[in-house]
Amino acid sequence: MSERRPQIAVVVFPGSNDDRDAAWALHALGADPVLVWHGEQELPDVAGVILPGGFSYGDYLRCGAIARFAPAMEAVGRFAADGGPVLGICNGFQILCEAGLLPGVLRPNRSLEFICRDTRVRVERADTKLTSRCTVGQTLSIPVKHGEGSWYAHDELYAELIALDQIVLRYEDNPNGSMHDVAGVCSREGNVLGLMPHPEHAVDPLLGPADGAFVIASLVDAAREREQALV
Amino acid sequence: MLVRPKAGILDPQGQAVEGSLRQLGFAVGEARVGRVVDLELGSTDATSARAEVERMCEQLLANPLIESFEIELEDV
Repeated sequence: MSERRPQIAVVVFPGSNDDRDAAWALHALGADPVLVWHGEQELPDVAGVILPGGFSYGDYLRCGAIARFAPAMEAVGRFAADGGPVLGICNGFQILCEAGLLPGVLRPNRSLEFICRDTRVRVERADTKLTSRCTVGQTLSIPVKHGEGSWYAHDELYAELIALDQIVLRYEDNPNGSMHDVAGVCSREGNVLGLMPHPEHAVDPLLGPADGAFVIASLVDAAREREQALV
Repeated sequence: MLVRPKAGILDPQGQAVEGSLRQLGFAVGEARVGRVVDLELGSTDATSARAEVERMCEQLLANPLIESFEIELEDV
C-alpha cells in the first residue's frame, strides 16, 4: 500500500476492552492507530476517532454516563464539531448518546440477557463519512455483544431523526428490542456514527464475517481525506 | 434522590421482578425498578441544596430522555 496511513485515535477509558481490537482493525485496513488515554485534555494530531467498546466505569449508573465527562471527551466534542469523523462502537455509542453527540439512549436489552452473536444490519445511508464504502440496502453481517443495546428515542425525537435522515443502520434480526430496529445513528452532519454491532471484530474472514471492514475502511477513507484537506 | 423510569418506558427489569413476585405467589400489579442515591451535602440551606441536587440529576444522575427524578431533603 503506497497511500499514507492516516492517524486515528482510539480513546481508552477505564474498562474499555475493545480498544486493541479497534487498533488492530484500523492497522489492518490502512490506518495508523493511536491509543489515547481518557484523561488527556487534547487529542494528538489525528484525523479520525474511535470510541471503542467495553464497560467504562463498570457501566455504573448508566452505560457511558460517567465516561462522557472524561477530559478526552471534550476534545472529541471539539473534533466532531470541526467535522472530524468519529465512530462510537457499543460502549462508545453509549458514551456518545450520553454526551449528547448522538440522539437517543441505549437501554437494557428487552430479554435482560447479555447477547453475543452475529447480527445482520441493513445499510440505510451510504453517504455518511462512516458508511461511504457501503451501498444503501446492503446487508452487513457483524457481531453484537452487549447487555444494554436497546436504542430508545421518544416518538417526537424519532420523527425528527427520520426527517433529518439520521438512521444509518437497522437490524434485520433485532436482537435487543431496539426501537424501530435501529442499530446505528449518525449526527445531523453525518460525521459522527454510533452503532451497537462491532465492526472491529469483523474485518478478517479467518474469524468469521468480515463485513465490519466496510465501516472501518470508510472511517480510514474519511480520515485520509481529512488529512489531505488539511495539508 | 429517587430516579425512576418514566411512565411508558419499557422496563424489562421491572417486568422480571414482577414475574418473580407472581411466581412466589404475590398478587402484584406492574413493577417498576428505579434507583436511590443517598448523598451528604454540606449545605444548611434547603433551597440552594435542592437547586444543587437538581443540577446533579440533570447533568449526571438521571437521563431526562428516559428517567424522572424526585428529591427528598433530610437533616442529619
